[in-house]
Amino acid sequence: MTPWAVSITAAVASFLLLLIVFELIRSRRLRERYALMWLLTGAVLLALSLWRGGLNTIASWFGVTTYPPAILGAVGALFILVVLLHYSTVISRLSDQNTILAQRLALLEQQLREGR
Amino acid sequence: MADVAAAPATPAAQDVLAQLGELKRLAVVPAFNEEASVGRVIDEIRAFDPGFDIVVVDDGSTDRTAGVAADRGAHVLRLPFNLGIGGAVQTGYRYAFERGYDVAAQVDGDGQHDPAQLPKILEPLLAGSADLVVGSRFAGPEAAYRSSATRRVGIRIFARIVSAVVRQRVTDTTSGFRAVNRKGIALFAADYPHDYPEVEATVMSVKHKLRLQEVAVEMRERSGGRSSITALRSVYYMAKVLLAIFVGLFRRYAVPVEEEHR
Ligand SMILES: Nc1nc2c(ncn2[C@@H]2O[C@H](COP(=O)(O)OP(=O)(O)OP(=O)(O)O)[C@@H](O)[C@H]2O)c(=O)[nH]1
Ligand SMILES: [Mg+2]
Repeated sequence: MTPWAVSITAAVASFLLLLIVFELIRSRRLRERYALMWLLTGAVLLALSLWRGGLNTIASWFGVTTYPPAILGAVGALFILVVLLHYSTVISRLSDQNTILAQRLALLEQQLREGR
Repeated sequence: MADVAAAPATPAAQDVLAQLGELKRLAVVPAFNEEASVGRVIDEIRAFDPGFDIVVVDDGSTDRTAGVAADRGAHVLRLPFNLGIGGAVQTGYRYAFERGYDVAAQVDGDGQHDPAQLPKILEPLLAGSADLVVGSRFAGPEAAYRSSATRRVGIRIFARIVSAVVRQRVTDTTSGFRAVNRKGIALFAADYPHDYPEVEATVMSVKHKLRLQEVAVEMRERSGGRSSITALRSVYYMAKVLLAIFVGLFRRYAVPVEEEHR
């Protein structure tokens, strides 16, 4: 069974994550679009840390009998991986758009300088 | 195109037209790959009122949308890449703000919004009884707009939530057929939601103390192109918009002042 200290710490940590994400959206430093994955991460981790029996069951599916909280770490890592992959696609799109903007700007400046 | 030439004949429409004469007015037409329909939309707006300036915001289309619009004599803002409907529409509002327009009406480039119905939407603005007027498909007595079952459920849920948040009955939160006065133009030019903006824009306006009014309109089925709303996207749509509304409850909103024209 998961030690209580681990459950409580994990629950507090995931709750803090949810709270911070909320405040970042509220103060408009994080857009809803990019917050959804973080909120899902926080919610799943919070659920798994509070629902101790469930964590045990999931652990036993994977043959983890000695230390169920390992599943907590694995799930957390999986979500972080997905968020990072998502951000890689976002960065790729941003850099494509940035190139287009720079090219357009160069063409525009040339037009202005030479009066077309 | 005989139906396009038919000018609005009802006395109410004539009245609105007479009042409009004094105002600088702009139709904002967002268009993403709408070469099949955008030309007709422009013609229809002209047929309703030739005094309307028309700006087509081409949201990074890969077809001839911008060319078709320019050929019909509309002003065309070509975005260098697809911003999505929110970013596209806000570009139009920025244009309206900088050029000192008094009234801006949004008319979709896909032809679903019938410009002949503009008088209904403009009337409350001209009467000074509203700052933002939204054309609703579901407000009328025989509201008969067809759409898929899941979409109808979503629409109803949003209508409930938005009505509660703005403390006023709202039936069609996702309608893009809307118009604002100078106050609304100033607000939307400064701040407009990004993807799937209609619901949030409505809520935001009321929080900024703009007066919202819905009027019943009829909308048409798509006449060309394709809808942006797919099954998977609608899940994201719901989650994103609900999150935005919820978080919005905890924000503070300034009351905008009406700017002077430059
Ligand atoms: N799909 C899409 N439309 C855009 C975009 N930018 C601007 N638009 C325009 O926004 C308008 C509304 O888009 P629609 O996809 O028709 O959305 P809708 O009217 O809510 O959905 P339907 O009822 O299925 O047509 C159209 O005139 C589009 O051309 C974009 O990035 N994607
Ligand atoms: Mg449409």
